[in-house]
Amino acid sequence: MSHNFVPLPDQPPPTASVGAIGWLRRNLFSSIGNTLLTLLSIYVLAVSLPPVINWAFIDADWVGVSRDACTSGGACWVFVSARFETFMYGFFPAEETWRINLIYGSLFLCMAPLFFDKFPYKVQLGAFVIFVFPIFGFILMFGGVFGLTPVETSQWGGMTLTLLLASVGCVAALPLGILLALGRQATNMPAVKSMCVLFIEFWRGVPLITVLFMSSVMLPLFLPEGVSFDKLLRALIGITLFQSAYMAEVVRGGLQAIPKGQYEAADALGLSYWKKMGLIVLPQAMKIVIPGIVNTFIALFKDTTLVIIVGLLEILGMVQNALNDPNWLGYSTEGYVFTAFMFWIFCFSMSRYSQALERKLHTGHKR
Amino acid sequence: MKILRISVLTAVATAGMALVGSAHAGTTFDAVKKKGFVQCGVSTGLPGFSATDDKGAWKGIDVDACRAVAAALFGDANKVKYTPLNAKERFTALQSGEVDMLPRNTTWTYTRDTSLGLNFAGVNYYDGQGFMVTKKLGVKSAKELSGAQVCIQAGTTTELNLADYFRANKMEYKAITYDSSDETVKAFESGRCDMLTSDQSQLYALRIKLADPSSAIVLPEIISKEPLGPVVRQGDDEWFNLVRWSLFAQLNAEEAGITMKNVDEMMKSADPNVRRILGVEGVKGEFLGVDDKWAYNIIKQVGNYGEMFERNVGQGSALKISRGQNALWNKGGIQYAPPIR
Repeated sequence: MSHNFVPLPDQPPPTASVGAIGWLRRNLFSSIGNTLLTLLSIYVLAVSLPPVINWAFIDADWVGVSRDACTSGGACWVFVSARFETFMYGFFPAEETWRINLIYGSLFLCMAPLFFDKFPYKVQLGAFVIFVFPIFGFILMFGGVFGLTPVETSQWGGMTLTLLLASVGCVAALPLGILLALGRQATNMPAVKSMCVLFIEFWRGVPLITVLFMSSVMLPLFLPEGVSFDKLLRALIGITLFQSAYMAEVVRGGLQAIPKGQYEAADALGLSYWKKMGLIVLPQAMKIVIPGIVNTFIALFKDTTLVIIVGLLEILGMVQNALNDPNWLGYSTEGYVFTAFMFWIFCFSMSRYSQALERKLHTGHKR
Repeated sequence: MKILRISVLTAVATAGMALVGSAHAGTTFDAVKKKGFVQCGVSTGLPGFSATDDKGAWKGIDVDACRAVAAALFGDANKVKYTPLNAKERFTALQSGEVDMLPRNTTWTYTRDTSLGLNFAGVNYYDGQGFMVTKKLGVKSAKELSGAQVCIQAGTTTELNLADYFRANKMEYKAITYDSSDETVKAFESGRCDMLTSDQSQLYALRIKLADPSSAIVLPEIISKEPLGPVVRQGDDEWFNLVRWSLFAQLNAEEAGITMKNVDEMMKSADPNVRRILGVEGVKGEFLGVDDKWAYNIIKQVGNYGEMFERNVGQGSALKISRGQNALWNKGGIQYAPPIR
């Protein structure tokens, strides 16, 4: 007669250490100091949150066309909805805004596959987005060919202008910054090196607002009569040059983090300079400096608001302009909250994307 | 606004010297006529003067100055393109030819008129620094405000004018300075100060920003002269004349009772003054280099001065500014235009 040994079933863990209660005990009430901080936080939230929610949602007015619709005393989102088109498209003629939407739509279609690891033609598509798409976008924005009505750059504005400034700044500044960083490292070419150092230190030494101001106020005075650069082009060049100097320093940080052995190994294999950099050093260096690069991009994205100093009305400029419409005076809080929200969406997405990219690329240095 | 007005002088005056008086003669008029539109430099946003409506179209008394010129020159007030300009860059934009005219709430001063290579074509709004107080104080005049706490938007001229005024009247005050108009209004609303001072046209805009606009009143005193008007480059008298007389035509039309509505009937009027203004008889448009119906086009499309004023800043707008100094000379104001004959 054999007797099968049947162990008693496991006792459930104490109720206080699992589930919601366990989590709370572990994370919020693990010690006296922790408990006090938790209670303090709850108090601050309880005091500050209800009025904000009341103002922004419960008491807010959402539908209507004029300020007469705002009667309940909360936020007047009618202001934002009535002005939404101008916030998004600036002075772009209303019947032509489909062109901007088309750019957004097609850009989205082009970019979406890049986020899937399995997509086979990533390099080709990426090259298309960076080199061919801008031409397509420029034609759509500017018009004048293929029967499209010309729309001058002075009519560009709002979120469209913000995105344009930021994306051109990012895309153009990165390669320029890499070249400058490599130039600054090139100890065997003193002329190139000193030029790069000069460039970087000059542009890092002046505030962006000065660059924009100079390009808009001083530059026209030195040009011959009647010759005038497009205002937007001036701002774009200024932003790109400024940003490339910062980018160069970020990339240089990455280059310095690569051990000397990597350089020597590449030399030992007989690789040329560009192959050494392109195949061995830069891929590792760029991976390390992703947080720095994205940091610079986010800073640039927010810096685009400075173009208001040269009379270009990006989203913040359009909002401020709308605040001066006699029919909407006094809704500045709503306008600024909306702008902040738009900026948050873009900056937060950039930050999340960079984190995902870091996780995907961390092959050797995981900490 | 004014701190910018001052600082721009130093920046631009030096650099601008080189350009002043170079080959401009007659060129602006011809160039504008050739390209078929007026490039108009306006403020990036100032209530009642230049701001965009919900559709993104520019509206305001400064905007209408450009529309009037376009109506006179092309017979179409919509042939205007706008360049929103910052206070700092406005004079450079005009000097470098980026814009053809600059009606950008710019105060006509000696320095600007003489040293920047610019000409003021007229005054489309007589502004001046004023005071706003809460009704609760029960004050009727700024003279009763000794010992008051005053909210000011940072800006040297405003502060200087205030100091001068109070010293001249042997009164005490305490200034509280803020950076933006929103902050100033919030401080005024919360009772940090008894009164708020700024250009009068701006006081009305600030008043609307109060939760209860009727709780505050704008006092009648004006303590500084701020004549605002359209500016053009020096050296093209034809263009200068056109800008100047576009404004004068609007003033003359108001004086003669010609309005947007009745202008077509007025064409048949027997009044010789009306007939001359509308170009039916007497002086012709060719002196200005434009069509005989130039004034008719301005009045028909932009309106006379009074209509323009009421629509943008007066009773027809949210600002509800009274005519005050901007009433015609025969109605108690100082707006006065030479006759068209």
